Amino acid sequence: MADEALFLLLHNEMVSGVYKSAEQGEVENGRCITKLENMGFRVGQGLIERRNTVLLLVDLFRFTKDTARFKDELDIMKFICKDFWTTVFKKQIDNLRTNHQGIYVLQDNKFRLLTQMSAGKQYLEHASKYLAFTCGLIRGGLSNLGIKSIVTAEVSSMPACKFQVMIQKL
Amino acid sequence: MAVCIAVIAKENYPLYIRSTPTENELKFHYMVHTSLDVVDEKISAMGKALVDQRELYLGLLYPTEDYKVYLSGQGVCQGGPTVARCTLGSDNLKPFRRKRVRAHRGPSTGSPCVTSAFPNQLCRYGYVTNSKVKFVMVVDSSNTALRDNEIRSMFRKLHNSYTDVMCNPFYNPGDRIQSRAFDNMVTSMMIQVC
Repeated sequence: MADEALFLLLHNEMVSGVYKSAEQGEVENGRCITKLENMGFRVGQGLIERRNTVLLLVDLFRFTKDTARFKDELDIMKFICKDFWTTVFKKQIDNLRTNHQGIYVLQDNKFRLLTQMSAGKQYLEHASKYLAFTCGLIRGGLSNLGIKSIVTAEVSSMPACKFQVMIQKL
Repeated sequence: MAVCIAVIAKENYPLYIRSTPTENELKFHYMVHTSLDVVDEKISAMGKALVDQRELYLGLLYPTEDYKVYLSGQGVCQGGPTVARCTLGSDNLKPFRRKRVRAHRGPSTGSPCVTSAFPNQLCRYGYVTNSKVKFVMVVDSSNTALRDNEIRSMFRKLHNSYTDVMCNPFYNPGDRIQSRAFDNMVTSMMIQVC
């Protein structure tokens, strides 16, 4: 489906666009990352809302399991790993780990937004720019499901990456 | 015919509230406010059970003098003497559980004499989304008893329009809903269903 490539290309352009416009103003790396993350946040909120309505109409069996009201945090994280990731990236998260005290690590061994870059050390430092939007996406989705969190990402070797979600207990 | 439709945010303030007979608007606001307590109770009662869309829809809420009450959700309809049910319902709502400030309990709870200005039967229905946004609908069922499925489809339409509003990039979640498309959809529901 063409929509996958569309999102990839748009995302890449978005990252370079944000950085270009930052050059004209102040050159601050952190600001750009925050901007991208906030964009992702808003998109994540809308996506979760839409996910609720669409799944309800489409697949009776799946929604009784998934869009159903979630029992607990772990359920919500599993939903993010499976359905949410599948909607956006057409694949599931490869590994989910938790310490059962509010920290979850989602590992994707072949992150869609990074596969187009060469799998070596060359672009490692730039990889964080391309992960900011997705961090915001996760945070937005969680916030709409009632969970406040902080999401960070790290890349040790392209194209695998880890997203760390810290749930904030109220 | 829906006489009042309200969209309530997660933090229990109204994002959108509209009623057709504009002279008694305050009364509808009170009704919706009191319905929120019932919605909260139902949500916490459902708690750990796996819930699907059939129970995202909460069914009829509690009665007051001219309203019927059905505590459904599991499909059991309890009609019956309206006053008795309503005092039972309101006693279960402990004030210290409320997070919002309750200015008023609603004009019609507990009053045993039924001299309502509203001769119609007004039923209230609730619906909660996964993001804890609640929809409350007050329906005038004096003409035709609206079937459950019709109410569900109305809620589904509401939910779809709400999703569209959420996806609007110019809309900040938590603001009042000012979308014309949403307004038009609600207008069509208020007039057409009869």
